Amino acid sequence: MKNEQHHTECFFQRDRGWHPPALTPLYKTSVARSPRRAPVSFPHTLSEVTGPVFGHSILGALDNDLTVNFATPGESAIGPRIIVYGRVLDENARPVPNVLVEFWQANAGGRYRHRKDGYLAPLDPNFGGCGRTISDSEGHYFFRTIVPGAYPWPNGINDWRPAHIHFSIFGHGFVQRLITQMYFEGDPMIWRCPIVSTIPDRQAVEGLIAALDMEAAVPMDARAYRFDIVLRGRRSTLFENRMEGN
Amino acid sequence: MAQSVRRLKETASQTAGPYVHIGLTPNFGGIAGVYPHDLGSGPVDAKARGERITIKMRIFDGTGTVLRDALVETWQADTDGLYNSPSETRGKADPNFQGWGRFPSDMETGEIAIETIKPGRVPFPDGRLMAPHISLWIVARGINLGLATRLYFSDEEMANAEDPVLTRLEHQNRVETLIARKESAHYLFDIHLQGERETVFFDI
Repeated sequence: MKNEQHHTECFFQRDRGWHPPALTPLYKTSVARSPRRAPVSFPHTLSEVTGPVFGHSILGALDNDLTVNFATPGESAIGPRIIVYGRVLDENARPVPNVLVEFWQANAGGRYRHRKDGYLAPLDPNFGGCGRTISDSEGHYFFRTIVPGAYPWPNGINDWRPAHIHFSIFGHGFVQRLITQMYFEGDPMIWRCPIVSTIPDRQAVEGLIAALDMEAAVPMDARAYRFDIVLRGRRSTLFENRMEGN
Repeated sequence: MAQSVRRLKETASQTAGPYVHIGLTPNFGGIAGVYPHDLGSGPVDAKARGERITIKMRIFDGTGTVLRDALVETWQADTDGLYNSPSETRGKADPNFQGWGRFPSDMETGEIAIETIKPGRVPFPDGRLMAPHISLWIVARGINLGLATRLYFSDEEMANAEDPVLTRLEHQNRVETLIARKESAHYLFDIHLQGERETVFFDI
């Protein structure tokens, strides 16, 4: 059946007025790291529409639980316990199944386990800060972690990042590759951040803010935040192979 | 007003930041014991068919300073020009060659060493063959949306001269920014994010 085949058609053009532009001077590092010439377009070839596949065999049992995957057995990370869950969809609102989702973050005090992070907030001996999972057949994913803290960074003299979790997502084509950051509903730091404000459209920023979902919380254990991720949609030949539409 | 087509908008990109290693190459970044090894970091499978090559890459900013906190992902065909992907419809790629790799800049020197095999030729949509190339995706602190480019090879002059992507560049004097230079045992490839020698990046 044609419906069962993997699509090979090209992806929708990326809306570069929706994504942050390369040069965003309020985020100072972008000034010397942004191309000055226009990017060049060409029609998608197999090099763009194909992409790597990751099987469940790469996953360890604790890969999607940051509260324990670096902890001494019997202990866990310090901080407000949460579940982050959502779906990976494409622009046609179809689930994107079986794709690798990776995430990393600071600990509850805003300190990263990285030798270049010299912030005076202490490391948590039971928190590493990395995790990964693979979306299921309906595009669902989830992981457990603790709420990361805000932290200062050398941009302006008093700039602080809002609490955030970095996300890296694969699609089915290499040009769907995306890295972004998830923020938390109600955080007043979001609207003061020079990295958030690289995004020109307020609605696009709101698409990065996870919603508190108390119905998905586990009582006496963890609250939940919902964060859906949308990857580029893929064209299909109208009416030919997908009766339910594009 | 017309009816709405009701498509979703793609999730907006954000920089990978300076601590991208924590998530994507934790062992390289000093976080041991969570994953057995970093994804995409291993040597090419010894059983993979094709010519073994080494590429030494560096990435420079607009002041000529080498980036020491970048991360590059590579995606390429096997030695016969087939991709190891379910979207590959022309045949089955070498099962011992994944075609994808992930390479952080050395934190001191900025050097990125890529050991792989030389890819075969892949067709453009109109059937013309493209020259052997590796697709690159670059993220780092200060880069808001991952940068896409391609690496071609200096010892493929004939194929490069007829490559449908290289020949469509309006500014032909920029083609050389996409060509890795063969030097005895390896290829050298410098990426310039900005300035006079700025690498061609793609909006694809």
